[in-house]
Amino acid sequence: MIPFKLPSLGADMEQGKLLQWHVKPGDAVQRGQVVAVVDTSKAAVDVEIWEAGLIHELRVQPGETVPVGAVLATLLAPGEAAPAEVPAQAAATPAVAVAEPVAAAAPVVALAAATRPAVSPSARRRAKELGIDAEGLRGSGAQGAVTLADVEAAAAQRSAAAAPVDRAQAMRRAIAAAMSRSKREIPHYYLSETIPMARALAWLQQHNEGLAITERILPAVLQLKAVGLALQRVPQLNGFYRNDAFEPATAVHTGVAIALRGGGLVAPALHAVGSKPLAQLMRELADLVQRARAGSLRSSEMSDPTITVTNLGDQGVEAVFGVIYPPQVALVGFGSVAVRPWVDGGELRAVPLLTASLAADHRVTDGHQGALFLAELRDLLQQPEQLAAGADGKETKA
Amino acid sequence: MTRRITYREALREALREALQQDARVFLMGEDVGRYGGTYAVSKGLLDEFGPERIRDTPLSELGFVGAGIGAALGGLRPIVEVMTVNFSLLALDPIVNTAAMLRHMSGGQFSVPIVIRMATGAGRQVAAQHSNSFEGWYAHVPGLKVLAPATVEDARGMLAPALADPDPVLIFEHAQLYNLEGELPEKVQVDIRSAQVRRVGRDVSLITHGGSLPKALRAAEELAAQGIAAEVVDLRVLRPLDDATIMASVRKCRRAVVVDEGWRTGSLAAEVMARIGEQAFFDLDAPLARVCSEEVPIPYARHLEEAALPQVPKIVAAVQALMGKGQ
Repeated sequence: MIPFKLPSLGADMEQGKLLQWHVKPGDAVQRGQVVAVVDTSKAAVDVEIWEAGLIHELRVQPGETVPVGAVLATLLAPGEAAPAEVPAQAAATPAVAVAEPVAAAAPVVALAAATRPAVSPSARRRAKELGIDAEGLRGSGAQGAVTLADVEAAAAQRSAAAAPVDRAQAMRRAIAAAMSRSKREIPHYYLSETIPMARALAWLQQHNEGLAITERILPAVLQLKAVGLALQRVPQLNGFYRNDAFEPATAVHTGVAIALRGGGLVAPALHAVGSKPLAQLMRELADLVQRARAGSLRSSEMSDPTITVTNLGDQGVEAVFGVIYPPQVALVGFGSVAVRPWVDGGELRAVPLLTASLAADHRVTDGHQGALFLAELRDLLQQPEQLAAGADGKETKA
Repeated sequence: MTRRITYREALREALREALQQDARVFLMGEDVGRYGGTYAVSKGLLDEFGPERIRDTPLSELGFVGAGIGAALGGLRPIVEVMTVNFSLLALDPIVNTAAMLRHMSGGQFSVPIVIRMATGAGRQVAAQHSNSFEGWYAHVPGLKVLAPATVEDARGMLAPALADPDPVLIFEHAQLYNLEGELPEKVQVDIRSAQVRRVGRDVSLITHGGSLPKALRAAEELAAQGIAAEVVDLRVLRPLDDATIMASVRKCRRAVVVDEGWRTGSLAAEVMARIGEQAFFDLDAPLARVCSEEVPIPYARHLEEAALPQVPKIVAAVQALMGKGQ
């Protein structure tokens, strides 16, 4: 029996509320399949399963809020016998022959058949009045029974979740917690670099000519790709700081900071940015932004980012110095691309310029590595054809 | 104005008042006269009221309880003291088959206005045959009223309404309460119908009577220190039970622990729990629980006797289990 647990969908997530199951007991599931929708304080997230097998039992019911790590469901590994099938087998074969398996399976069957979740009488009555599924709640009472207080807490939580004002507050609190932790724990250092964008923009213009609007590539995609490739050269900026040590990540999954219409912010992952063609990245970015705003992100997108990229160029700011999202160790910021004076080859010219910045964790890297990264980023953006060429073959999707 | 008084003195004052106010009242029993009562309750009353009204009897519960019933039928108001509930088993026939049933058997022509007092309970190292708590047995019998005073006020005030009652009334005095001291109000007004809330709480009802009341109150005190507000209900009247007071408390607290020195099986505690199950099931937020005596003859050895009886830590533990704590 394999437990399927609620994954952490970000450093600021402590619990999640199950909104919906996409599977039922008996369904076969594949690695990476979306099986449930869970509401974090930030978004409704499609949660994927990373084990193949047969869903055996759904332990948590829609509407229930459980902590990260709680078992949401159990599944049978391929080839594992379902306990429920054993009695049928026993009936079809001589008792002596199957005496052992029956004895082994009996407690499981007896539990499933003989007990229903313990709910106190008053809790049951109140749950009916409130329209709450009391049997799905986690009990805090005698012998683990669901009590009146559990039902009323669930009702309060439900109405809190239903109120949009409270939801925005919850997200604000989540962001506050993560950012406070970051500023409390991470000794940030900041670097910035001004990058001429004339070549990149010219290349893009040429590339986009004749393409439908939906297929055109935005400068932001070029920047993301450049970040992905530059990090392959300076991998110390890509990964996590946990238990007083740096854990490098095997691939670059950039968290893309996306402002939500109702206020607040999410930074879901664009996977393996260094190894994908620009057109694919463009499609994936558009899809990610749309789903982030619609509130249907996947669990892996919430939990996978190895570094965050924030782009406030649309708002016209010149540069952004970000706060690292723990346990990541770096954040790359892009300002707007604006035509400004620039000296090139001894001549003063009007050139489109971009300010790229790096906020990095001084526990992991020093300014030297940060400077190498920004220099690499600058150089890559001078060779747009190379960015378009894509993967250097070293990177694979984790 | 209140005054400090012992449970024993309160009982004696009640007896004296009854003897003074009604010439039909007399006290009879083993050693109640010259010896002053096994528990010294009637000390001094022989000198005050004389041997006509304070009568020492032979060692025959069957005989003197029967005589008391005859006196009641003849128009007197006897108070019969049976030394302890243990010996009352010798008088079960007159109590149950005669006193309790005569009104019914005579089609209402006869009533038996007798009051029978007896000590009950364990805790004094007097061994199994002197340590029983059988008040629950008597509470089983229609036709009897069963009282269990657990405070000085009830000790002082229950006798008068018991004597005024036209039917047999049994008063159980827990032997460990005689030395209990308490404040007695100037004007004592008690009934023999209702249970009383002795301590107000909101999380769990401790339902008890007699000698277990002080233990329940101490347990409530300990629980309060843990943030659990226990309400203590003193049954006072074991037959008929005051369902309304019990249910009001249980509906408020939603959890109940019955504390009863009787043995668990077929006990008064079992009856109280059954009634809660019948009348307040949907208000419950936890299974019902009880703290009773272990199902053994009460041991003589002190540590074994203490282990066999309901005690404060057992009550506290039972409540914690209901609160979902300590698991």
